[in-house]
Amino acid sequence: MLPFFVGRLTQAMAVMVAVALVAFALFTYVGDPINNMVGEQTTRADRDKLRESLGLNDPVPLQFARFVANAAVGNFGISYRLKRPVDELIAERMPATLELVLISALVSLAIGIPLGVYTAIRRHSLISRFILTASLAGVSLPTFIIGIGLIYLFAVHWGVLPSFGRGEVTSLGWWSTGLLTASGLKALILPVTTVSLFQITLILRLVRAEMLEVLRSDYIRFARARGLTNRAINFGHAFKNTLVPVITIAGLNIASLIAFSIIAETVFQWPGMGFLFIQAIEFVDIPIMAAYLVMAALVFVTINLCVDMLYFVIDPRLADDASTLPVQSR
Amino acid sequence: MSGAANDPGSAGAGAIRRLLDHDLVYSFLSSPLTVVAAVVTGVIFIATGLAPWLAPHEPFNPATLSLMDAFTVPAWMDGGTSRYILGTDDLGRDMLSTIMHGARISIIVGFSAVMLGMTLGVGLGVLSGYLGGWFEIVVMRLADIQLTIPGILVALLIDGIARGLLPREQHADLMIYVIILAIGLSDWPQFARVTRSATLVEKRLDYVAAARLTGIGPMTIMIRHILPNVMRPVLVLATVGLALAIIAEATLSFLGVGMPPTTPSLGTLIRVGGDFLYSGEWWITLFPALVLVTLVLAVNLLGDWLRDALDPKLR
Repeated sequence: MLPFFVGRLTQAMAVMVAVALVAFALFTYVGDPINNMVGEQTTRADRDKLRESLGLNDPVPLQFARFVANAAVGNFGISYRLKRPVDELIAERMPATLELVLISALVSLAIGIPLGVYTAIRRHSLISRFILTASLAGVSLPTFIIGIGLIYLFAVHWGVLPSFGRGEVTSLGWWSTGLLTASGLKALILPVTTVSLFQITLILRLVRAEMLEVLRSDYIRFARARGLTNRAINFGHAFKNTLVPVITIAGLNIASLIAFSIIAETVFQWPGMGFLFIQAIEFVDIPIMAAYLVMAALVFVTINLCVDMLYFVIDPRLADDASTLPVQSR
Repeated sequence: MSGAANDPGSAGAGAIRRLLDHDLVYSFLSSPLTVVAAVVTGVIFIATGLAPWLAPHEPFNPATLSLMDAFTVPAWMDGGTSRYILGTDDLGRDMLSTIMHGARISIIVGFSAVMLGMTLGVGLGVLSGYLGGWFEIVVMRLADIQLTIPGILVALLIDGIARGLLPREQHADLMIYVIILAIGLSDWPQFARVTRSATLVEKRLDYVAAARLTGIGPMTIMIRHILPNVMRPVLVLATVGLALAIIAEATLSFLGVGMPPTTPSLGTLIRVGGDFLYSGEWWITLFPALVLVTLVLAVNLLGDWLRDALDPKLR
């Protein structure tokens, strides 16, 4: 297990270094940071003084080291557009995004896995066929169109759910939550549905495919020959063995939920990090772009690592022989 | 791409002609859904490809626009006219013509982006599979790193960098190239992975050894011998990739960092139309959305069929 863990950790570090290099290059080469900080009237001499005091004349490796040191403590400077420290802006908006992403992940697992198991066990029933056809449509519908459709139906046509914002939020220290008020929960419904629909179809199809594969195997046939109940075979034997690939993909999907949340946040004017990021791209607000990039990469890398570690918990066979790990096949 | 593969007459390259053997034609004709998807795709491609000649109005010529016609409802509703079958938008532009031009841009961007991603990915994939060594390690590590981050995020980032590097007043004119670059660069790793693993298999086969024995250089072996034999999975990936690229373009434009309203794509039209949803002018956003979904669904169905027909193992 240890060599595997070390290998994965090295790869994670490589990703972070690469992302840090991109973020640093953004600061250094895209636009002139001085121009973005001072007014039009600032004299040449003042600009040079500022440049020197910010260390922008230092050798590039030294600047990069300083950038990494600052980034490690969450210091990404001051937003060009909003003129406020980036870490403050992100801390304000992080709870909104995390609540959206985590609840969507839970919802899509809670719906996708049972549907996948059902469509695999009752392969030929009408309901299964209907679910599968609907899921194909789900893959072809772009996220933002789902969002607009939901807004039109539930907010404009029927007027039962809010179309933008988080509703009323309660602050628990530095964390602001929309989970404790009725309007906050109502505001979550449409964005969560928008983000989850696509994930549900993915998880459903994956669980179904894995389940069908396992149900064909010899040990399931043997279990049937032993006269075990269908229930014991389906859940005790088959379902357990589909969990490794399902957890891998589901874990990686949580990472992609963060990307999808950018779209949902824009459609529903959700005051989260994704909305902030899109505005930063529109106005070329480099500090926010860089900070978002580094934070998103950190989340992806952490999730990937956790998923790898989960393999060992779920499948004890792997701990005996690390060389048989599905490293390359992923 | 899908058009060429469906129509035996237009197949030009030898690689494509070899794909059009008996089985492929048979499986195409025996799946009605695929035929429908191919017809729908064909109609949309022709209607949008010939938009400058077929469209009933000139939506981007201010001289032909009249604000008096703004917000005309579709023809089959009370107050609609047969002059504007799908109604008009806030500037009095004919929706049908606007959509035809918009879908044209969406398809052009989708195609070019897939071409870019495919060329880059296949090139790097064949090279790293055939050459191996440090080149393979570097390319595959890069692909791994990029695959850690979702494609749309990579595209957004490239979009943002390009916006920072280009002068602001040229954004509108250059945006189409920026999006093609952003989407193309965001999906090369998939192509590189598939091509590399196919190349690893091919290079151990006898025909490659025979070619090497006759003294042909590695470049020629890669291009003339290995490349045609690894194109099957690449073609499947490219068809599915076209649908994904069209969605990616629409998403970027919808988020406001893609095509500008002066030269709108379907995504831009949906975004602009979304503002009028609350005041009841639903057709301005519904029709572009319908065209986008139909197009993506049809291309996806074609991709599904192609995958089943070319490689039953991939199911």
